[in-house]
Amino acid sequence: MEKLEVLNVNHHFGFTEILNDINFTLNKGEVLSIVGPSGGGKTTLLHLCAGLLDVEEGKIDNSFTTSSFAFQESRLLPWKNVIDNISLGLLANGVKKAEAIKMSQDVALKFGLEEDDFEKFPKDLSGGMKQRVSFARALVVKPSLLFLDEPFSALDIGLKKELQTHLLNEVKENNLTILFITHDLMEAIRLSDKILLLEADPGHIVHTFKYESKQSSRDDKFVYDETAKILSHEQIISTFELELK
Amino acid sequence: MKFLFKILKDFPAYLWSGWGAIASILLFIACWDLGNQIYGNLVLPSPLETFKTLALMLQDDSVLAEINTTLYRAFIGFGISLIFGSLLGLTAGFFATASMMSRPIVTILVGMPPIAWIVLAMIWFGMGDETVIFTVVVASFPIIFVGALQGTRTLDGELKQMAESFNLPWHMKFIDVYFPHIFSYVFPAWVSGLGMAWKIVVMAELLATSDGIGASLAVARSQLDTPTALALVTIMIGSLMFIEYIVLEPIKREVESWRS
Repeated sequence: MEKLEVLNVNHHFGFTEILNDINFTLNKGEVLSIVGPSGGGKTTLLHLCAGLLDVEEGKIDNSFTTSSFAFQESRLLPWKNVIDNISLGLLANGVKKAEAIKMSQDVALKFGLEEDDFEKFPKDLSGGMKQRVSFARALVVKPSLLFLDEPFSALDIGLKKELQTHLLNEVKENNLTILFITHDLMEAIRLSDKILLLEADPGHIVHTFKYESKQSSRDDKFVYDETAKILSHEQIISTFELELK
Repeated sequence: MKFLFKILKDFPAYLWSGWGAIASILLFIACWDLGNQIYGNLVLPSPLETFKTLALMLQDDSVLAEINTTLYRAFIGFGISLIFGSLLGLTAGFFATASMMSRPIVTILVGMPPIAWIVLAMIWFGMGDETVIFTVVVASFPIIFVGALQGTRTLDGELKQMAESFNLPWHMKFIDVYFPHIFSYVFPAWVSGLGMAWKIVVMAELLATSDGIGASLAVARSQLDTPTALALVTIMIGSLMFIEYIVLEPIKREVESWRS
């Protein structure tokens, strides 16, 4: 079975220790989120897992066949229109141009873009639309593992929920696996099977929260109740320094 | 091919948008005519007289030969700057040390007045093609070099990372991620380099050669032949405007349509 295994990973930038002894396993079909305060090494950890940074100490075994990445900012190529941006990953995988464009158009419509938007350049799109394109670009390649770097942080609540629902559908229908970093606890509770709490300076895992119930069965009440519960957890209070308020 | 077609398709609309520019040129010519009425024919010949002289000159083979000579020198000089300036600039941009070291050299090259280069070139190469071509290269090279250097220095690390996350093969990375960005810096530098080359070639010819448009200007000056001098200036400006507004600007608009 495909899985991502992180073993005793340490990481330094210069003399600063960013990550200290990180261990976790992500199995096929799971949604794992890493929460923690800003500057706690979350993004570094995600980049290491995605192979965008070289592992210095420890081991990361990634047996997932395909993966893609959606960033906090949309990171679209400003000189390409919506469809050409979405089809980028497909073309890189060797899909024929005509087919790639067809698939990109389908996925764009699914992500709430309209045909009028297809020829637009990123400069003519709103922030929310850009993020839709970025999600479409990451999902059109049908990844087995999806890396998400706080992709919802700049979106309004309606769009946030819409994109999250899309993701959960992918998890249900295609057994998508997601490694997701965020500082929004409610978001993490809504989406995840497992939440790793990462404390800063240097980043290390202090607690793991597990949720057994199916994501589709989690209503707002569940999310609010669990958020309230988790907010009174002493590790959360000390990691996010909530008692200073 | 599709790209070329798009440029041609948008061309009539672009030309139609040029009425404002034409009106402004006509206004300028009107002021010129006013100047002629105030200062007289010797100091400032009327536009009509200048254009008549120009028409006569353009039928004269010897004048056409002079224009060709100048064109040849300008394009050889500009071509050398274009190739070496772009290549060296792009390479220097990839290395922090190279870009740091090249900055003061560029400042020296830009800061040194072209007239000083002409004097040096006359000593080094004598009176002829080499002097003019050398001066053109020295004047337009730094402009292109800096443009190309900025192009590679400002490549977006976030987009690079995105390209890596999608495992883009090297040719896609170059064509889809790096090239459009670099080109948006290099192309405007080529345009200003060309403008510079076209100005410097006449100045160098005026001082250092016995043929070309610049030399003809020197002859016109010594004979106090103001209409011919003005006609030569018109040729210079007309050809520059043609290249810039009719050839390069439509390409630039198409290439940079993604910019806000």
